[in-house]
Amino acid sequence: MSDSRESIPSSTEIDPKTTAPAGSGRSGISRRGFLKGAGLTAAGTALLDGVQGFTREAAAETTHGVTELGPGPVQVKLHVNGVEHTVEIEPRTTLAEALRMHLGMTGTKIACDRGVCSGCTVWLDKMPVNSCMTLAIDAVGHNVTTIEGLSSSDRMHPLQAAFVKHDALQCGFCTPGMVMSCAALLERNPNPSEHDVRHAVSGNLCRCGTYPKIFAATLDAAGTTRTA
Amino acid sequence: MTKIPVEDAFTAQAAAPPKKTVQMPVGVPGYTLADEAREIPASEPPVWPINKDLKYVGQSVQRYDGMAKAAGRARYTSDVQLPGMLYAKFVNANVPHAKVISIDTTDAEKYPGVRGVHVIQHVLGNAVLRNPALDPVKYPVVRYAGQPLAAVAATTPAAAEEAAALVKVKYETIPFVVDPAKAREPDAPAVFPGPADEAASAGGGGGPSDVKQTGNIHGPSIHKRGETEQGFKDADVIVEGHFVTQVQTHSALETHGVVADWKPEMLTVYASTQGTAGVREELAGFYKIPLTQVRVITEFMGGGFGAKFGAGNPGVVAAALSRKTGAPVRLMLDREEEHLSVGNRPSSDQLLRIGAKKDGTITAIHLVAYGTAGCGTGAGCSGPASNLYKSASLHTEESDVFINAGPGTAMRAPGHPQGAFALEQTMDDLAVKLNMEPLDLRDKTDEHPVRRVERQIVRESELWKSRNPVAAADRGPVKRGVGFAQSVWYRFVSMGSSAEVRIHKDGSLEVMSGVQDIGSGIKTVMAQILAEQFGVPPSQIAVKVGDTNYAEGPQSGGSVTTLSLTPAVRDAAWQASQKFLAEIAPALGATAGDLVLVDGEVRSLSGKIEPLSFKRAASKMTSSQISVQAKRVPDYDPKKYLTYGGVDVAEVEVDTELGRIHVRRVLSVHDCGRPMNPVQTISQINGGIIQGISYTLLENRLLDPVYGLMVNPDLEQYKIIGSREIPDIDVRLVETYIGQSSTDASGIGEAAGVVSIGAAIGNAVYNATGVRIRRTPMTPAVVLAALHAPAQGKELA
Repeated sequence: MSDSRESIPSSTEIDPKTTAPAGSGRSGISRRGFLKGAGLTAAGTALLDGVQGFTREAAAETTHGVTELGPGPVQVKLHVNGVEHTVEIEPRTTLAEALRMHLGMTGTKIACDRGVCSGCTVWLDKMPVNSCMTLAIDAVGHNVTTIEGLSSSDRMHPLQAAFVKHDALQCGFCTPGMVMSCAALLERNPNPSEHDVRHAVSGNLCRCGTYPKIFAATLDAAGTTRTA
Repeated sequence: MTKIPVEDAFTAQAAAPPKKTVQMPVGVPGYTLADEAREIPASEPPVWPINKDLKYVGQSVQRYDGMAKAAGRARYTSDVQLPGMLYAKFVNANVPHAKVISIDTTDAEKYPGVRGVHVIQHVLGNAVLRNPALDPVKYPVVRYAGQPLAAVAATTPAAAEEAAALVKVKYETIPFVVDPAKAREPDAPAVFPGPADEAASAGGGGGPSDVKQTGNIHGPSIHKRGETEQGFKDADVIVEGHFVTQVQTHSALETHGVVADWKPEMLTVYASTQGTAGVREELAGFYKIPLTQVRVITEFMGGGFGAKFGAGNPGVVAAALSRKTGAPVRLMLDREEEHLSVGNRPSSDQLLRIGAKKDGTITAIHLVAYGTAGCGTGAGCSGPASNLYKSASLHTEESDVFINAGPGTAMRAPGHPQGAFALEQTMDDLAVKLNMEPLDLRDKTDEHPVRRVERQIVRESELWKSRNPVAAADRGPVKRGVGFAQSVWYRFVSMGSSAEVRIHKDGSLEVMSGVQDIGSGIKTVMAQILAEQFGVPPSQIAVKVGDTNYAEGPQSGGSVTTLSLTPAVRDAAWQASQKFLAEIAPALGATAGDLVLVDGEVRSLSGKIEPLSFKRAASKMTSSQISVQAKRVPDYDPKKYLTYGGVDVAEVEVDTELGRIHVRRVLSVHDCGRPMNPVQTISQINGGIIQGISYTLLENRLLDPVYGLMVNPDLEQYKIIGSREIPDIDVRLVETYIGQSSTDASGIGEAAGVVSIGAAIGNAVYNATGVRIRRTPMTPAVVLAALHAPAQGKELA
């Protein structure tokens, strides 16, 4: 388990829209569509290669000594915004679905459900990922940060304040994903250029066309964000 | 029983509304501002001065719900989760044209988790046959791939999806056509067996229902002014072009959908809609229940752009499933369904001719346009040709062409991006032929006073001054060009718009209306109006919208929201303040006439009492709450100022080797009456420009002619502009007063750049390359084809 975590690069060179922890050797971030397409019996099962956090009963041993999960619900522990949650989910459940339906955290939006619009961006260990393309079971053992966890009750994240100040939102549906992508950029690069901001949100779609103000807000917040 | 003479009271009131004459600021400050007299209802509040003399209105006040949105707290329809809620999934047709023989739901009903299945007997959105007897009655005829046929409600989204796949549909396929050019041929498969019409929604769109239909051609709808034949004879110069624009889908990030909760006494519907009132009306009408038994709630809404009016198939079907299962039902479309079944901007195929005198006077405009709104109507695009320029004669002919594709619907300035793309490029051609400056040509032919100011701002801009008047002047492979185009939109007032203002004894204030905030920021503006009236910061005003339990609000389409609702809000706030002063006067030992509310203080005109804060004054109220509801008063002078302007300049770089167009800079000069909140207005204009660039260069709904299916019903192959392609956008708001209401606000959503930016890009490409591209999207293939076309064909892409 620790292997896959350590393999996540943390330099500024990461493509921010990588949908999986880079270098993770597991099939982890498979396309959900692939799983669905594989049919009902196969779809529910997923290989378990030693990831902790699953209760023992959830898994069944196979003759090959590989632990399988599903297709029925399994109990897993998700570490979200600093709090550990135990949820019963089918192994095919995406992280976005687990957050929205099982944990009631609806700040994470699903707009395309196939990793194109980044409305569902959350962090896995500060790495922005599309949670609609990440299985919840692959988030086990990682620290998940969602839009709800970015600010604390007494302190608003400077980027969120900057979004409001610059009116970097209209309908607001893409906003949580935009904020998560831009905040991740500031974590790894406290002094970004506009080019860096454009790159950081190059996978985030905003249909209202609020981009110019998103660039301005992020550059403004960079001036007030301490180096991570 | 005594009969109350209600009618008498109404007639008496209507007969003699007392009037007063006031002076109102009219014009553009710094250019044309002057006072004009208006005779207005005596009950109207005092005339506001121009923005610089107001404290909150006209200021860039922070978006009321900005923090809720930035923090992820804003609850959209797709976030609503009610106890025991079921998830529904449509079963959609997978053929483009067919009679449905049978729909077998047996296996789906038995599937674990399924609680209900509904088979659709009345599909909404498609054009409706004038003679319905021509269609079989049991199931609606499939007129496009993706048309909903049935729906399944289950305990999880996955169960609903899997069960929906088990519904067996037997079709008897009918020959189909998805290519609009083929559909116009006499022997093309008929999409409808007889004439069919689609009405407009609250956002516009739709087509005329009084025109003939020949095969798939619904129309033409003909409009004439003067004699174009004579007009062209009188012309010194004639320019013409053939323009083709594609179908665009709205692609709001939040898909269409509802959560319907049907209890015996009340149907409550959470809807992602641009009009709570319209959803209620459609559901009450469809199910024949009183309006009082339908409540529609839209707390937050994730984008609509014209496509989200009425309950539609998702609303009607979710309600049916909720009634059947006794549980709340969420039915949100997936991305593919969103592309296929809930509307699009129709295509256009336009032949446009303009005749003019040497001095630029236009003698004739002739437009023949075809367009497809799929199995709907509403492809008309003559608005710009009919309304932008003075012409001695005008002739427009518009026809809808039916094809087997999802019905079109209103989309941001319906018909106008298409029409302006043709008109404004042809005007640019005319300027070239006449050897006139494009701005001078418009000065000659465009009488709109505000666009005249806007052109002056363009003329003085660095960007316009940097334009080389000689086309294709750059030597290298990447050529720079600058182009100009104009837009037009209209003043529509939604007269039912109402709001209620409450003053509480603790000094807190709230304003309520059924209006929905679709992202344009009406909540913020409502707070600003109360802040201005009561001298309290806008952040302290409670704004409650998006619920039909409140006074009816306007539906947000056609740029009506701000201009329709804000006068009602101001009137309610003003009347509440007058009631308030009358109520506290005795406690202060003053008369109501001696008291005024200024800068958050109650003051005495005579100086008899010390000023006291609004909050302290409120504690003197004798009732716990003062409440006033007001309704939109008609425009003060409805014959005047019927259209808005707006002009745009685009700077492009055309890579003549790769065919890529890069929009580098945009100057966008727009008017919206009194800007109520400039920062929000600028956000909308940015959005219009960005959507317009996306439409002009990238977006395209592609249909496979062999199978009749959309090949790119997603967001990776249906290409929408992203962060890397966004130009520098310089928005200049032209503050304009027209003296029409107590707020004198106008609209911006439609005129905001989306109308004119396509033609501005086309004109910039011409300026860069000397080649005119008359087709959208201007993909590299289209650009290269135009650049390498044989010399005589260069004019047509």
